Amino acid sequence: MNAPLRDALHAPVRDPLHAPVRDPMVPVPFRIEKVRRDLSDTFTMELVPEAGGEFAFQPGQFNMLYVFGVGEVPISISGDPADRSVLVHTTRAVGQVTEALDALKPGDSLGVRGPFGTSWPVESAFGHDLVFVAGGVGLAPLRPAIYQAMANRQRFGRVIVLYGARTPEDILYKKELERWRGRFDLDVLVTVDRATGKWGGNVGVVTNLIARGGFDPLNTTSFVCGPEVMMRYAAQALEKKGVDTGRIWVSVERNMKCGCGLCGHCQWGPHFTCKDGPVFRYDRVADLFQIREL
Amino acid sequence: MVKPDNLAPLIEDHPFFKGVDTKLRDLLVGCAANERFEAGQFLFHEGQKAEKFYLIRAGTVAIEIDQPGRPPIVVETIAEGEVAGWAWIVEPYRATFDARAVTLVRALSFDAKCLRRKMEADPTLGYDVLRRFVPIMAHRLSAARLQMLDLYAPPKPAKEKTVKAEKADKKSKGANRAPDARLKKAKKKDGK
Amino acid sequence: MAQPNSKSTTPYLLDMDGLAALISALRRQGRQIVGPRLADDAVIYDDIETAADLPAGWGSEQAGGHYRLKRRDDNAVFGYGLAPQGWKRQLYPPRQKLFAARRQAGGFTVEPPPPPAPPLALIGVRACELAAIARQAKVFGDRAFADPGYQTRLSSAFIVAVQCAEAQATCFCASMGTGPEVTAGFDIKLTEVFVQKHHGFVAEAGSAQGAKLLKALKAPAAGPAEIKAAGVAVKNAARQNKHLDAEAARNLVAHPDHPRWDKVAERCLSCGNCTMVCPTCFCTTVEDVTDLKGDNAERWRKWDSCFTMDFSYIHGGAVRTETRSRYRQWITHKLSTWVDQFGEQGCVGCGRCVTWCPVGIDITEEAAAITGQERI
Repeated sequence: MNAPLRDALHAPVRDPLHAPVRDPMVPVPFRIEKVRRDLSDTFTMELVPEAGGEFAFQPGQFNMLYVFGVGEVPISISGDPADRSVLVHTTRAVGQVTEALDALKPGDSLGVRGPFGTSWPVESAFGHDLVFVAGGVGLAPLRPAIYQAMANRQRFGRVIVLYGARTPEDILYKKELERWRGRFDLDVLVTVDRATGKWGGNVGVVTNLIARGGFDPLNTTSFVCGPEVMMRYAAQALEKKGVDTGRIWVSVERNMKCGCGLCGHCQWGPHFTCKDGPVFRYDRVADLFQIREL
Repeated sequence: MVKPDNLAPLIEDHPFFKGVDTKLRDLLVGCAANERFEAGQFLFHEGQKAEKFYLIRAGTVAIEIDQPGRPPIVVETIAEGEVAGWAWIVEPYRATFDARAVTLVRALSFDAKCLRRKMEADPTLGYDVLRRFVPIMAHRLSAARLQMLDLYAPPKPAKEKTVKAEKADKKSKGANRAPDARLKKAKKKDGK
Repeated sequence: MAQPNSKSTTPYLLDMDGLAALISALRRQGRQIVGPRLADDAVIYDDIETAADLPAGWGSEQAGGHYRLKRRDDNAVFGYGLAPQGWKRQLYPPRQKLFAARRQAGGFTVEPPPPPAPPLALIGVRACELAAIARQAKVFGDRAFADPGYQTRLSSAFIVAVQCAEAQATCFCASMGTGPEVTAGFDIKLTEVFVQKHHGFVAEAGSAQGAKLLKALKAPAAGPAEIKAAGVAVKNAARQNKHLDAEAARNLVAHPDHPRWDKVAERCLSCGNCTMVCPTCFCTTVEDVTDLKGDNAERWRKWDSCFTMDFSYIHGGAVRTETRSRYRQWITHKLSTWVDQFGEQGCVGCGRCVTWCPVGIDITEEAAAITGQERI
């Protein structure tokens, strides 16, 4: 062994004090227990490891899901972090792999690598008002944090979920949102870009809901997830309202092949979105949002 | 309608006139009225003279466009603490949309002619009102642009793919050429 | 400066037979020997059998977009400059199987990749290349998620470094602080010298196993003349015409809208050659394959380049659609954001991207122009 180069390796495999490094590129087979169709192109799967055991994760983290012979795709975890017995993923079928995922049925297997990435710092919001701002399927990566916040409800001031969807038919987790709205300790405001049918709720972009407030901006933490454009404007609206940019968190999407900082694809300025993100503190990346094609 | 002198605190309480100068507030009171709309009533209609604007104190107002033979399109909803109507300040002072009370709405209304006259007579008042209106118009404009983007729509290439498949299906000369056509045929057979 | 480093013992002097004996000894250890050899009109790093495979008497002429083999007027075996590709080809092969999966009733099983091939012996590693290896080792040595394949291959490798005796026109290791002197990261360090027409190698150990091996060769100690010649050689190699202001280049990231990006994009073919020859570029993609029955699937990792359009693809389209954005990503990562990520720059000054760019785009010129240090 070559001493100076060994120093460059953080975790040498041959170091007898360390267990051999687990290969992060090899998936673990999971079985699909349940599939629920949320929207015309969006579905939620419940998975359990085939070899048994539990799956622990932090809200906001993601897994690489492998469809046998087809490929892999990064999907955020959307279940309750307190429930380690089942792994929940909500996926929108928009590409080859996600469409192949959509074709799987209960009893089928898929591969899981993860969990990867940073998480929503729910604990950092203790003592604050906590405002979730979600757009479209961006509600899915926030749901674990909402569960965690509700499990620690007494630790926060107001807890508010602001959600923007395309149309009333595109509202994700509709029943759950209705249930949450029924709680006296959680404010849920939903708006749609386009009203259809008998929709009698809000119409307009989700940033309008931020402008309406209902929280104490000087004492607020906000988690924002949705399309990048929506997150940029939502963060600006929060900032305009007086929320400290160091207390706004966003979840960024980039191309990911490995999920663990080895493949280089997800680089965004100095960050590996997969391991330095996907959850970033807004003030640390606000400048990057302004650079085109970064 | 309530007597004007009772309206002063209502004006001060509404976010739109937050921190308004007492002297200006007194000028405003003279043009204000307290109003109430039942769900389904209209605050104003597209094309009508914009004689008032409204500070919403409670309830929701839908800004919508009517179309024949189809339900009206709701462009935006306006909630408590917000403002409905800005056409009163822009010539030729005609409403550009319908405004319908979605729920019971309580609002402070301001008489446009009265207010315009006072604003012209007292540029300080004029500037103060405009200073409060312009950001709202800017916000509405940027919100409308965002809304136009249809940000949550499925990504385009996925759409193009299906379009291409359909095209191939139609253009195909032989049934054995297009897999989609073959599948359809097979399905029909199974159906029978 | 071949003066023995710190507490090292007196250097040995190997002749060609001694070098051959060293290679044989490494082979006897069961190692796969990789070193320079002549192939495809270039000197490349490839499997070698014996010291006779080394490119004796061959040199190269390198410039922007230009590489030609050239006969030397001596019979030096390490006088060829740099091979087109560095040692990442051996330590992080262009195609690696990640796993195989087999369909079984109601699911599939995953088989991890086979254990790595025999340990490597790398013959002829330059100072800049050692720096590149150390940089990749950091990338693949992440605390949470290391790449076991890379770590195994590197930690089991025996590294015979060779100090340069001359610089190519494309070399700028001195600017990057990575060479030409070999200071660390080797098992044995050689400096090729000619003293009174005697061809030899001043050899120093850099590790216990290197020392053991050298001792076993029973070579004579190097004399003052050879040691002096080795020092002169390295000094000569430090004379480089190409320079890069590394500190200034660190600031590339501050100029995302510089007009120069458009100018360089007019020349850049987006071919990705620079990323393939760069000894630190580490990006990869994956490829899924199945057999015809669909019962057996494999997942392969392949070198990738940030110059390809689909590199930055997210559902809906690529993030970096323009050549300027892709070139900007490459060079700012190399010289600027790599520091944020790994605490040092990703460029080691080997100049390969200059040599192998079909249109001769020069990283040192671009960095200078964009950071306002233009010399031309």
